[in-house]
Amino acid sequence: MNNIGLEHILFVSIALFFIGCYGFMTRRNLITMLMSVELVLNSVNINFIAFNKYLFAGKLDGVFFTIFIITIAAAEAAVAIAIIINLYRHYKSIDVEDADQMRF
Amino acid sequence: MNSLQFIVIAANKIIFLTASTIIFYILAAIVLGGGLLAVTSRKIFRSAIYLLFSLIGIAGLYFYMNYEFIAAVQIVVYVGGIVVLIIFSIFLTHEAGADMKRPAWTRIIFAALAALFGFALVMMLVRDNEFYPSGAPAVDAGAGSIGSQMLSTTEHGYILPFEVVSMLLLAAMIGCIVIAIKSRTPGTETADNQSRRDAFGTTDNL
Repeated sequence: MNNIGLEHILFVSIALFFIGCYGFMTRRNLITMLMSVELVLNSVNINFIAFNKYLFAGKLDGVFFTIFIITIAAAEAAVAIAIIINLYRHYKSIDVEDADQMRF
Repeated sequence: MNSLQFIVIAANKIIFLTASTIIFYILAAIVLGGGLLAVTSRKIFRSAIYLLFSLIGIAGLYFYMNYEFIAAVQIVVYVGGIVVLIIFSIFLTHEAGADMKRPAWTRIIFAALAALFGFALVMMLVRDNEFYPSGAPAVDAGAGSIGSQMLSTTEHGYILPFEVVSMLLLAAMIGCIVIAIKSRTPGTETADNQSRRDAFGTTDNL
């Protein structure tokens, strides 16, 4: 346990991924669900960086994937929050159970 | 091995923890603790702040792995951008300090079981798998080499994804404005808007 290897970092990222999954399954509030998705995306980023560092130190591909994921996550968060604010204007609530107009 | 021997070995392990190891465990604790609190806290504002700590811990992990540029990007984009955006949207849509509803117990139990079993499965696969380092000498991961490879048009360049993602960002920005813009049709003013305008002199603040 003395020197930190790939598996230690993979443990952190896997745990963070499933914490995000747990949050996504239990939360019913759109903003907190968005936060859970951010946790999942971040765990994927840790994976890319760790594999790049410990297995493919001669390349930079993991770094590029991480940069693109961060960019897309930012775009996704902005669009999601625009949708959430629009939804709040219609329903005065951002609970997913209340936004049921498009059901069935 | 008797218990005394075991204690001596454990003590040796604790004593010979290096500073790097200790830093890693602290960072991992910040990341996982912040994440757990972010998905379980019932006050949404606190939840956002715990998310902030978790993201800063992840930036610390990138620093730990010597990818300073990614760590800086993580802090600038996530901590400075996304979390601030989330906090603003919380202020726009929630009463500050109100507790959220507790989810149903069955949902908590089954979600926790699903997450635990998924975690166990993936950890088992990672344990059984053997990773082979490529053994290539490490390249410089500073901003200069990242930038020159990202904008190069040669075989390993990333200019095409770069341009595609820039189009995506533009589309997302326009889409946000179109979605969040307030459609103002005359004659459909609600009583809520009316009272708000009487109070503030404008309806522009949501």
